[in-house]
Amino acid sequence: MRASLAVVLFSVSAAALAADAGEIKVVSGAAHIERGSERLAARVGMPVQEADRVVTGADGTVGITFADNSLLSIGPGSSFAIDRYVFDSTTHAGKFDSTLSKGTLAVVSGKMVKQSPEAMHVRTPSAIMGVRGTDFVVRVTDH
Amino acid sequence: MPVLVVAVMIALAVITAAPVETVTVLPSADGHIGTVVVQRGETQQILREAYATSRSGQAELTRLSAQEVQNTYGKALHALPAQPATFLLYFITGTDELTADSKLELDKVLGALRERPLPDVLVIGHTDTVGDAEANDRLSAQRAETVKGFLVGIGIAAERIRTAGRGERELLVPTDDNIEEPRNRRVEINVR
Repeated sequence: MRASLAVVLFSVSAAALAADAGEIKVVSGAAHIERGSERLAARVGMPVQEADRVVTGADGTVGITFADNSLLSIGPGSSFAIDRYVFDSTTHAGKFDSTLSKGTLAVVSGKMVKQSPEAMHVRTPSAIMGVRGTDFVVRVTDH
Repeated sequence: MPVLVVAVMIALAVITAAPVETVTVLPSADGHIGTVVVQRGETQQILREAYATSRSGQAELTRLSAQEVQNTYGKALHALPAQPATFLLYFITGTDELTADSKLELDKVLGALRERPLPDVLVIGHTDTVGDAEANDRLSAQRAETVKGFLVGIGIAAERIRTAGRGERELLVPTDDNIEEPRNRRVEINVR
């Protein structure tokens, strides 16, 4: 019984580890993560996963380091979704698709873009951006 | 009734005011400029110069000044996490004892750890090709554990440090078997 419980615990934590796309490294002001029907206050050390949405209030910012060393940060009044994140730490192959619905985003691309220039895309309501090894910023505003 | 009016006005605003979207390429910390390809429907714009900017509804590229970038994106840029850093420490042959130079290098690792509020660390141990492969697997793991011990000793939480031993599988300098090579007797420390 104890052994089987240990196996279950191990497989759960291994699965959770595999699903983590990155970790929140910086938080200021009001910010939360929408995960399914949950709404989690953003805090430093919190893992982020594929399908998470990061939302910041009028004074909020969030910075995330991803598994492939991509760095992303979201400015105040923003809504940003991690649509897809896959990364193989051995081959550096991967896929990173995200959407900025509103607000501001800063990006420093990571290892998967070095390995494959087509690996990373950022969407906005009207555009899709292919990222080839660079730093860039994106803004979506109503006016 | 007033509620309905407000709702309609908001809906109209959403329909009539298409979002304004801008994308700007920035020089990276090492000065490198990459490329962003912006696809809007059938239109494609390629940004490959520092501060080159694509704006929705404008056919021509524009350029923001560094000050404009700071005004618009300063808070987002300020929230970027520290760039991940990699360090190599070297060992005396057959042991998990750091060379004198690497003991000094350890200070740089500690500096990188201190400037991060909640660092996560990956320590990967390696050996040269002296000795059999199994013993080298053990030695490489021991080297990683020893370095982890130093980091825990200066106050990094053990659960924030992962270790691995790769034995003689990933030589930094390729050699034949049973060759002493100081640069292969190392740990790689990734700090994020």
